[in-house]
Amino acid sequence: MSMAAEERSLRAPWVLTAPALMLFVGVLLIPLAMTVMLSFHDWGQYKGIEPVFILKNWHEIATDPYYAEMFWRTFRIAILTTLLTALLGAPEAYILNRMSGRWKSFFLLVILGPLLISVVARTLGWALLFGGNNGLVNKLLMSLGLIGSPIPFMFTETGVVIALAHVMMPFMVLSVWAALQRLDPQIENAAMSLGAGPATIIRRIIMPQIMPGVLSGAIIVFSLSASAFATPAIIGGRRLKVAATLAYDEFLNTLNWPLGAAVATLLLVALVLIVVGSNALIERRYAEVFR
Amino acid sequence: MAYLELDRVAKQFGTQTVVDDFSLSVGKGEFISFLGPSGCGKTTTLQMIAGFLDPTRGAIRLEGKDLTAIHPAKRGLGIVFQSYALFPHMTAAENVAFGLEMRGVPRNERAERVRAALAMVGLAGYEDRHPRRMSGGQQQRVALARALVIKPSVLLLDEPLSNLDAKLREEMQIELRQIQRTVGTTTILVTHDQNEAMSLSDRIVVMSQGKIEQIGTPQQTYEKPASAFVSQFLGKTNDFAGTIDRTVAPTQLVAGSWRAPAPAGLGGPVTVSVRPERIGFGDTGLGAKIITRIFQGNHWLFQCDSECGPAIVIRQNDGKAQPAEGDAVRLTWRAEDMSVRARADA
Repeated sequence: MSMAAEERSLRAPWVLTAPALMLFVGVLLIPLAMTVMLSFHDWGQYKGIEPVFILKNWHEIATDPYYAEMFWRTFRIAILTTLLTALLGAPEAYILNRMSGRWKSFFLLVILGPLLISVVARTLGWALLFGGNNGLVNKLLMSLGLIGSPIPFMFTETGVVIALAHVMMPFMVLSVWAALQRLDPQIENAAMSLGAGPATIIRRIIMPQIMPGVLSGAIIVFSLSASAFATPAIIGGRRLKVAATLAYDEFLNTLNWPLGAAVATLLLVALVLIVVGSNALIERRYAEVFR
Repeated sequence: MAYLELDRVAKQFGTQTVVDDFSLSVGKGEFISFLGPSGCGKTTTLQMIAGFLDPTRGAIRLEGKDLTAIHPAKRGLGIVFQSYALFPHMTAAENVAFGLEMRGVPRNERAERVRAALAMVGLAGYEDRHPRRMSGGQQQRVALARALVIKPSVLLLDEPLSNLDAKLREEMQIELRQIQRTVGTTTILVTHDQNEAMSLSDRIVVMSQGKIEQIGTPQQTYEKPASAFVSQFLGKTNDFAGTIDRTVAPTQLVAGSWRAPAPAGLGGPVTVSVRPERIGFGDTGLGAKIITRIFQGNHWLFQCDSECGPAIVIRQNDGKAQPAEGDAVRLTWRAEDMSVRARADA
């Protein structure tokens, strides 16, 4: 290859990716950098934002237990949601995978269908069913005399976890489903011919092989749940704030942009660390299955 | 008494009959092949023996006991799948040990038997490898060891060699035969490869469209095919249209200008099947013209245009002069080298 041609071929990847790269830098990296910078600025009720470099916001987040509680709650909700989707979604995907052709496509549509509906609409559905005295289910159960007061669902962590799990379920099912597709279709027969019963086959043969799918689904669900806004905002409301709703309030209600930016940055950094860390762990642990 | 017996077994999927009226007696220690093109029902039959499918009709008995009443996990059969179906998250040793573990074999004995099984298939030292880090041939051996280590009453092989390249396949055939002779396990092999069936089995069951075409030793099915399908499927063959001439005494079999005393029990139009390597060039016989002559090292291949249609002739390269392209020749063969069947289409 001549020097010029070599140079051209070295340059080609950059030239070809330039448009996407510029978009990426323009709409993601620059705003992100600005948010990080914003978190170091000062803010006052009357003076507004002052472009100085101080650690006031970070100091506040680090020392005020209010923020610790907030982040702890955010990750507690995300972890519980992840566990719930894994416990329900993995068996769901397995059953789906065993269905015959027509039913399989029908139920796949049922599972994916909710993705076509706005998160807000789906969450409001929960509110309509369980929201206080006027919630459909509450009304029914109370008129039947089964419960004396409405089931505590709105403004509770349990409610947020259940509604979030409902929203996130398709991601888990799809992820496990993808892992199931990689399974040798004869593998269960092979285990059975060697004397394994159904429970043993699931525990010893199927589970270890779909674990990577469950875990990558868990990473998706966890990061989406931890940064979810609509569902915690509707079910949790002002009473049960999480990191995303807190950042939103700081930005739009208190107008303390720098503090909001600090909250958002901390959430991002924590999420990136957790996701990258667990991904590395999973890849090392399941190297043989991934190969 | 038969060791494994299939008695008029049939399998239907909806209205489609995939296997019909399949009866076979397998002796203890025998190596049987189910041979046929894809979709002939051979794998379905194997899966019914394994218990992954239930027969629609008929009975399968092992040592006189009804096998279909036993859950597949309790049948104690060893199965090697076409895809091997190894457990990718377990090492070779763990794969082989799985069946023993399910049987509650104590740890020490288990380790010993796993080591012996892997050594038998030539994989000593590969205990801690994961299947995805092994070659196709090695995976195949692990699958075989896994099936054999449980000392199965019958070993079922579902196209086990079809994913290997030609050279490795040949090696594995020889090895498979040796291992089977050593351990003496009754074995059923499903294959679409006639060479594999012939080189491995004691008897071949040739199947087509869910039915048995012929059961016989490799020589029998090759030399005396029971049907046109068998003769076509097992190697190359020449089918000549002939007739039985009853106007002369003794009655004669006539194909073009080739004549021979007629075999008993047949009359009217017949098909005469002759293998290409059994045809020679003589002074009398079926008139033919050589179209192409191909040299293939140890033999010559002639494509001829005969009185009864196209014919192929294979002659050993014995150093003697051979006819050239365009030569007019006479094709001849011995009566015992042909098989004569009544012709249905006439």
